[in-house]
Amino acid sequence: MTVPSLGKDLLGLEPLSREQIQLILDTAEPFKEVSERAIKKVPALRGKTIVNLFFEASTRTRISFEFAEKRLSADTVNVAAQGSSVQKGENLVDTARNLESMRIDMVVIRHPSSGAAQFLAERIRSNVINGGDGMHEHPTQALLDMLTIRDRFNRIEGLRVCICGDIAHSRVARSNIWGLTKLGAEVAVCGPQSLMPGAIEELGVTVFRRIEEAIEWADVLNVMRLQLERMEAGYIPSLREYYRVFGVTLERLERAPRDVLILHPGPMNRGVEIDSRVADGPHSVILDQVTNGVAVRMAVLYLLAGGRPELAEAAKGDRGGGA
Amino acid sequence: MKPMLLRGGRVIDPSQQQDGEADVLILDGEIGGLGPNLSAPAGADVVDVSGKVVAPGLVDIHVHLREPGQEDAETVTSGAVAAAAGGFTSICAMPNTDPVTDNQAAVGFIVKQAAAARAARVYPIGAISVGQRGEQLAEFGEMVAAGAVAVSDDGHPVVSSHLMRTALEYALSFNIPVAEHCEDPALSKHGVMNAGRVATRLGLRGIPAAAEEIMVARNILMGELTGGHIHLCHISTRGSVDLIRWGKARGVNVTAEATPHHFAITHDACEGYDTNAKMNPPLRAAADVEAVAVGLADGTLDVIATDHAPHHYEAKEREFDDAPFGVVGLETALGLGMSLLVDKGRLSLPQLIDRMSTAPARIFHLPAGTLKQGVAADVVVFDPAARWVVEPEQFRSKSRNTPFRGWELLGRVERTLVGGRTAYLQGR
Repeated sequence: MTVPSLGKDLLGLEPLSREQIQLILDTAEPFKEVSERAIKKVPALRGKTIVNLFFEASTRTRISFEFAEKRLSADTVNVAAQGSSVQKGENLVDTARNLESMRIDMVVIRHPSSGAAQFLAERIRSNVINGGDGMHEHPTQALLDMLTIRDRFNRIEGLRVCICGDIAHSRVARSNIWGLTKLGAEVAVCGPQSLMPGAIEELGVTVFRRIEEAIEWADVLNVMRLQLERMEAGYIPSLREYYRVFGVTLERLERAPRDVLILHPGPMNRGVEIDSRVADGPHSVILDQVTNGVAVRMAVLYLLAGGRPELAEAAKGDRGGGA
Repeated sequence: MKPMLLRGGRVIDPSQQQDGEADVLILDGEIGGLGPNLSAPAGADVVDVSGKVVAPGLVDIHVHLREPGQEDAETVTSGAVAAAAGGFTSICAMPNTDPVTDNQAAVGFIVKQAAAARAARVYPIGAISVGQRGEQLAEFGEMVAAGAVAVSDDGHPVVSSHLMRTALEYALSFNIPVAEHCEDPALSKHGVMNAGRVATRLGLRGIPAAAEEIMVARNILMGELTGGHIHLCHISTRGSVDLIRWGKARGVNVTAEATPHHFAITHDACEGYDTNAKMNPPLRAAADVEAVAVGLADGTLDVIATDHAPHHYEAKEREFDDAPFGVVGLETALGLGMSLLVDKGRLSLPQLIDRMSTAPARIFHLPAGTLKQGVAADVVVFDPAARWVVEPEQFRSKSRNTPFRGWELLGRVERTLVGGRTAYLQGR
């Protein structure tokens, strides 16, 4: 059997096959253990240079990537280019050309514009990893969500997963829809129609307009962050009402016919999309997601750098060479 | 000027129901005669155009020439030269220049630049409102006296129904159309492509069809209220076509145009974040593309206009959200019309010439769109069977922003005459 490769870049889950997604998840398994060691470092990416190019504020994704890179022994540089892409002096083409000239190996990019990761990937030879582009995709987030679900159920196929909240503006939702459907899950979305993107059903998902229906249906709820700007832009009347009508509360979960696993990509708005008692309660695997994030990103970096999946286990203990 | 005899072509002139083999004589820059077996005057250039189509020069009532303001993207001269290469002999320049063409001096500047270009004729369109700000009417009377043939705030819809009403009423005194870019900006806000499946997948903000249709409906009602001539620019949706059909049936003085890109391609062209497929109104779904073609065939949509919108390459070489709207069209319009409307049996060749020459000249009251004896000899000669490949590097336009790179198109312009003078000759 031939092992699928990931190609040059990881821009999203839509272009990946089921086998490629499974490869990443399987490769992440041995890397989980690295973070549990006293000395959290393997030499797999020694000598590789990675730039974390963040055009948008991020705490956990940037830190998670940086830990993944450092635990693989790569040399890393963080570039925080604040402000919108229009406001900043240098455009993305020039940024790309400058990076290329410094002979880097990989770029992790986060950018407020959809398509920015692809734009960069088409213009530089280095591997590009999409760390979130606009409302398009956030593939490593969806991968860590899937790894967390798989940890709990030992499978993804046949599970019912509902993504709740602001689907229209969410790159996490889109990547989850692609990844989960490719792995054979039944996927639904739930939220007010004003936060649904057009023609969402054509992506192969069921739409629930009431959270109670979603909870009754689902094995897993992946609760999206509701950004305050959405209320200001008139998509919903108030955060207070949103919580009362669409919030994932303990009372609602207690009426569910089965235990529902709760995920949230963070950062959470406690008391808006999710009840603190749920976030901190036994249904929640929100902190497991964060832990898995490092392992999944190690797997992606390792595979894109040319690491062979069957050697991931060996790479952990490899003191001699790179990947 | 030497006389010229175009011998043996298929002469198509919808203004006089002419379609058949004939000769066309050009004398002193005017059409001197049209008929079979004309004899060439002494010293005439006799050009064998057998197998070619001879038609009144094409007329494009919607182009952006970027001068003054963005001369690196296009100038009046480069636009007029590109027009001639595309078979156009008359083009109408939209006023969204910098500064805006909203007064007689600015209109006069376009007229002066056009005269110097010595290519296609360029007719300025004045702004509806001062600065295109949608507040105060611009001085239509003085602009018309200086050479403006219509008014439009194109690029900026006239949001105020009161302003649209007064514009249509005031324009009646000068017998000019009010051309409107139909868009409800509250509904299209931040949108960069058609709302729907592709936008959802790409994570791009959508512009719903209703953003156009609401304003199409309002403008038809404004036309009915005032009796003024409302001309609706670049119609892109099935609903808009239905509304215009309804308006015409009610007897409203409404005319409408469609662009080649809106009858040629769908929003699928935005895949891969191709900024050359970013335009406003956006490329729509397949049902809309079909409705536009049907509308052009049945005359609901009167005119094909390009909305030629040149942009410097670096403006398009960026993130989709930040790239400007627009596509160049002058040099691909005839080929797209031939390939997608005539070759596919949607329109007859005379109907295509009507939509691209006779009809636009009629609705904008231009001295064009006909080969009647005595009119200026604005003529296009094209080979309806020749196939050619779109190579943007070969464009006369200063800009290259087209989604049709590499397309093989049918119908190649051989010669364009403006006032009897050869403004374009294929291969030169």
